[in-house]
Amino acid sequence: MSQHPTYLLDRAKIEGAHTLAVAQKHGAYEALRKILKEGITYAQVIQVVKDSGLRGRGGAGFPTGMKWSFMPDPAKDPRPRYLAVNADESEPGTCKDRVLMEQDPHGFIEGCLVAAYAIRAQAVYIYVRGEYRHPYNRVFQALAEARKAGLVGKRILGSDFDCEVWMHKGAGAYICGEETGLMESLEGKRGHPRPKPPFPAMFGLWGQPTTVNNVETVFNAPFIVNRGAAWFQSMGTKTSTGNLLVGVSGHVNRPGVYELPFGVSCREIVEDVCGGVWKGKRLKGFFPGGSSTGVLPASFLDTKLEHDAIKATGSMLGTAAMIVMDEDTCMVRAHEIIARFYEHESCGQCSQCREGTQWLHQIFRRIENGEGRHEDIDMLVTLSQGMAPGKTICALSDAAAIPTLAVVKHFRSEFQEHVEKGACPHLPAGTRRPVLAGHGAAH
Amino acid sequence: MALPQNLVAEFNELLTHYPHKQAALIPALHRCQEELGGWISPQTMEDCAAFFGLEPVEVYGVASFYPMFRMRPPGKHVVSVCHNISCALRGSDELLAKVCEVTGAPVHGTSADGRFSVNTVECQGACANAPMFDLDGVYHEDLTPEKAARILGEVK
Ligand SMILES: Cc1cc2nc3c(=O)[nH]c(=O)nc-3n(C[C@H](O)[C@H](O)[C@H](O)COP(=O)(O)O)c2cc1C
Ligand code: SF4
Ligand code: FES
Repeated sequence: MSQHPTYLLDRAKIEGAHTLAVAQKHGAYEALRKILKEGITYAQVIQVVKDSGLRGRGGAGFPTGMKWSFMPDPAKDPRPRYLAVNADESEPGTCKDRVLMEQDPHGFIEGCLVAAYAIRAQAVYIYVRGEYRHPYNRVFQALAEARKAGLVGKRILGSDFDCEVWMHKGAGAYICGEETGLMESLEGKRGHPRPKPPFPAMFGLWGQPTTVNNVETVFNAPFIVNRGAAWFQSMGTKTSTGNLLVGVSGHVNRPGVYELPFGVSCREIVEDVCGGVWKGKRLKGFFPGGSSTGVLPASFLDTKLEHDAIKATGSMLGTAAMIVMDEDTCMVRAHEIIARFYEHESCGQCSQCREGTQWLHQIFRRIENGEGRHEDIDMLVTLSQGMAPGKTICALSDAAAIPTLAVVKHFRSEFQEHVEKGACPHLPAGTRRPVLAGHGAAH
Repeated sequence: MALPQNLVAEFNELLTHYPHKQAALIPALHRCQEELGGWISPQTMEDCAAFFGLEPVEVYGVASFYPMFRMRPPGKHVVSVCHNISCALRGSDELLAKVCEVTGAPVHGTSADGRFSVNTVECQGACANAPMFDLDGVYHEDLTPEKAARILGEVK
């Protein structure tokens, strides 16, 4: 692939960048200084982020500047307000926020502070999935250094901007990545998503105005403040601007987390960036952005990785976590695993989701084990149509249903083959999947 | 019984981070699990309830919601093998079988000598370095069954 400008991982690649001294030598906290020294107003920060076209990197791609502008005017609404940063990173296939936290924690903290300044939050809560001990420790240590240097806390850099940054550990539930589930969990409760409205900007953490942003989203903000909206728009496409972190996993020669401009084709990612499908095999299909985004067959490989083009295929960009599957992969088995995941993670508040995810998992398993009936294939479709779109409190139900519709649409013949053969065609004759692999709960 | 003094001191510091006390509950439960036997015992729940001004059943309701909190005492070492999609595509079935063989523990159980507990877990955010497991809170990535056997063989 041809060269493209980078910025997200530049500092991360420098030895010792997790320490304040090295990070500052390479530009960390310059945007914060610029804002506070030049007296750039919060409205100006929101405006430049709006103009840049930055969209959320947590999965939904919501315009960030617009989200920030939903926060009420502090002159009219003097309640305390918060920024909750979503470092729950639990969407299967997704492993990008971790890279930023581990390798450039000061860049991340600066991003939190710039976002907090824009929405005038007096405190930031970074919600880190409990399993991420190493990323947590890296940011924790960086915070201690930053606090000592007057970059976090009261009167930051001698200005009248006060902002505390606290870290908070989750305890292993995917649903706490959903923004209202995250807030419930942060309040010390079960991570049960809240019905919306009211929206977090009016009624968030402890009922106060709150913005929830992904790690990579806030990480972009200081660069935009420093280099301007036009610079940001010079990368990517018209409606998906900037670079993004693309995590590639599965059957490629070089899986990894790569910084790429929006608009590169999935083919370039698989063939050039990742060195092609492993073992010289052919591609069968791929998830463009995590397990919640419908699978696409190999014929879609020339699709550009950006919001509109992926949406036009019927799938979604999601977290841009590409999961690549070679020609030998069993699509039924792959989706059995994913269905098991959603069953395990459903919080159970909505019957469509609680029951639906159980049924989907059972049916996928039945078909995979050679016990499926032809009617089961349409049953997957009917069930999914009852679960989505927008029929439940949160989008987990959609996340289980939409990939099911996609796999039946694109790979129906594989399901039929399982039913007709009475066995998984990808297993040696007479064998079954080992039962030990994964039908239990993870407790 | 009451919570040990060092934990009480830590929890009091935690409370300063939040406008409401209960917000510190999950971080506090993590510390309890780390310090008090690797699980959340009924006694721990009662003690936390007393500290936070909650009913024990409320603490149970929260603790039992979160997969990382163990409701039973684990073995001396805990191996959590990811069995989600990216790991499955790169051999987590074989990895899990090897882990069970080497440790003598069944999936979701503890070995007879009490040394190892083995779990399967959902995606751990290490997908580009699959397959992986977490051993006592440390990630081991890009595993093969052979590498796994070596790592587990070195555990004291
Ligand atoms: C079931 C579910 C799980 C989610 N998990 C995450 C997550 O782990 N990390 C994340 O940033 N966003 C996650 N999201 C999206 C968040 O709800 C929210 O849209 C996002 O954090 C907003 O940040 P952004 O606007 O900066 O993208 C999840 C959404 C759903 C429905
Ligand atoms: S859709 Fe599922 S996960 Fe979301 S609130 Fe309803 S039951 Fe819970
Ligand atoms: S699927 Fe195993 S770490 Fe993500």
